[in-house]
Amino acid sequence: MALLTLENVSVAYDNQYILKDFNLNIEKGQLISLLGPSGCGKTTTLRLIAGFLEAKDGRFLFDGKDYTRVPVNKRNFGFVFQSYALFPHMSVFDNVAFGLRLRKVSETEVKQRVEQILDVVSLGGFEKRFPKELSGGQRQRVAIARALVIQPDLLLFDEPLSNLDANLRVNMRVEIRRIQQELGITTVYVSHDQEECFSISDRVAIMNKGVIEQLDDPATIFKYPKTEFIARFIGFNNFITFGERTEQDGEIELRVGGHRFAATHNPGTANANAKKCAMRPDDLIVTTEAQADHETNRLPGTVKISTFLGRSYQYVVETDLGDFTVNQEMETPYKSGQTVHLLFPKDKMVLVD
Amino acid sequence: MQEKNRGLALFTLLVFVFLLGPLVIISFTSFEPGTVLKFPPEGFSWRWYENIFEVKMFMTTFGTSMFVSLVGNLLALLLGVPAAYALSRFQFKGKGLLNAVFISPVLIPGIVMGFAMLKYVIITYNLPIYAGLLIGHTVIMLPFIIRVVASSLSNFDFAIEEAALSLGAGKVETFFKVVLPNIRSGIIAAILIAFLESFNNVDISVFMTGPGVSTLPIQMLTYVENNFDPTIAALSVLLMIITAILMFIIERMMGLSYFTKR
Repeated sequence: MALLTLENVSVAYDNQYILKDFNLNIEKGQLISLLGPSGCGKTTTLRLIAGFLEAKDGRFLFDGKDYTRVPVNKRNFGFVFQSYALFPHMSVFDNVAFGLRLRKVSETEVKQRVEQILDVVSLGGFEKRFPKELSGGQRQRVAIARALVIQPDLLLFDEPLSNLDANLRVNMRVEIRRIQQELGITTVYVSHDQEECFSISDRVAIMNKGVIEQLDDPATIFKYPKTEFIARFIGFNNFITFGERTEQDGEIELRVGGHRFAATHNPGTANANAKKCAMRPDDLIVTTEAQADHETNRLPGTVKISTFLGRSYQYVVETDLGDFTVNQEMETPYKSGQTVHLLFPKDKMVLVD
Repeated sequence: MQEKNRGLALFTLLVFVFLLGPLVIISFTSFEPGTVLKFPPEGFSWRWYENIFEVKMFMTTFGTSMFVSLVGNLLALLLGVPAAYALSRFQFKGKGLLNAVFISPVLIPGIVMGFAMLKYVIITYNLPIYAGLLIGHTVIMLPFIIRVVASSLSNFDFAIEEAALSLGAGKVETFFKVVLPNIRSGIIAAILIAFLESFNNVDISVFMTGPGVSTLPIQMLTYVENNFDPTIAALSVLLMIITAILMFIIERMMGLSYFTKR
C-alpha cells in the first residue's frame, strides 16, 4: 500500500482550478519528483501535501490516516524552501534546533541531535554562524538539516537548487540523493529542471496543466514519453502524425500521404491506437541518395538550414511531411539546398498520444 | 558642470537657512536674561529654563501629553501591527480601500479631523476628555504605525513563517518567535515616530482638550497668548532636543529612508 495517497483532490483559486480530480500515490522510501513547466500545478501539489493549502475536494491519506484537515504544524513533514527560509535572527544551531525545541526535547538531546545532523550535511563547526554569514550552498544545507532533524515522516523540496550556481547544483543534488537514501526517507521533490529530476529520482511525475501526464522511472520516460507534451519537454522535437495504423507480426505499420513507416512496439506507455510518432534529433539520419538503401522509413528532402554545433552539425530538412531537425556528427557537412534522404530507424520511432 | 553644482549648493543652503533659521533664533533668544523675547539676546541666563519647571501647568500638561502619547501608542500598536501584517501578508478584496482608510488620517487636514472628532467624540457621544484625547491620538498614530511596520514587513520573506509552521510551531507562536524578532527595529521606529507625531500634535488636540485637561503644545499656545517672556523659547529648545534624540535613535534603528519609501 502506498504511504501517501492524493485521492481526487481539487484546488482552486478564484474558481479557477489548479488541480482537478488529481491522484497520486507514493511508495515508502522513494524519492519522487514533480516535474513540469511553471504553472503546471507541481508547487501547488507540494504545498497541498505540506498543508500550506487546503484541498477543496478530495482526500489526502498518509500512512493510512486521513490528513486532509490536519494543519501544517501537526503533520511532521520537513519542507525545504527555494529561498531556504532560514530564520535570519538565529544562529545555525538555533535554526536547526527550532523544531526540536518545539517538540520539548531536552537541551542535551537537542545539542546531540543538531550536531549529528550538521555532520550529515557536512556543516560541523558552523553552529555559531548566522545565515547571512553563509554561502548559498551552506544555507541550503542548513535548511535541509533543519527539515531532517525533526525526523520527518516525509521530506518535501520546493525547487531547492534553483538559486544556486550550476556547479553547486550538481554537487547538491548528489548530496540530497545521498542523504535521502542514507536515511531512507520518503521524499517529494519539485523542480522544473529535468536533468535534476531525472538524476535523483526513483520516479518522475511529469505534470502539465494540473494533470500528471506520465509517472514512471526516469529511464522509461526518457526513452518512451507517453504524450507529445512530454516528448517535447524532454527534447524530442520531430513529430509525424499518421493517418492509418496496422499491426502485423508484432510490427506496426503506419501510413500517411503515400508514405509507409515501420515502428517497433514500445512498452505500452502510449495508448494502443496512438498514431503519432516522436523522434529525437540525434536519432534521425541524413544521407545522400547513393547511400540510401532502406525500403521503408525514408523520406526525401532538402537541407534548409545547416548549423555547426561544435561536436556535430544540425540540419533542418524540409520534406513533404514538414521540417525535421537532425543532429549528426560528420567531417564534411551537407550544404543548404542539397537534396538528401532522411532515415528513421524503426526502433527510434516512439509512439505517443 | 561646476557652475551648476555651485548653484545647487547655494539653493540647498538657502533651504536650510529657511528651515533651520527660526530654530537657531529661538535657541538664542531662550537665553535672554530680560523679560521680553529679543534677538540677538542681551546676555546669557538659564533663568527661563528654570521658569519652565516653576509653571505648574507645564508640568501637568507634560504629564497628560506623555500619558496620551504612550497609552495611545500602545493602542495604535495593538491595532496597527495586526493591520500592517494582514495588509502585507494576504491578498483580499477591498485591500486597497482598507489601506487608504488606514492612511487617511495623514491625508485629511488635521483641522478637519479634529472638528469631526469634536462633533462625534465630544458632542454626540459625550466621552470624558481623557478618553477623547486618547482616541484622537490613537487615530493620529495609527497610520504611522501601519506604514512603518508594513514597510519593514515588505522586506520580510513569508516563507520563513511557513518554515516555522512546518517545523511544528502554531500560528501565534510563529508570529512571536519568528515574525516579530525580524521586524523589531521597524516596530521600535514606528513607536518613536508615532510618539513624536502625537506628542507634538496641536490641530487635533486643540479640539479634544477641555477645562483643566490640556496637552503640552496646547498649553504652550495658551501661555503665549498671555505672556511674552522667553519661557516658551526655552521650552521649545527642550522639545527640539527630545525630538532630535528620538530622530537620531530612529535613524540608527533603521535609517530614515524607511519613511520616504512606499
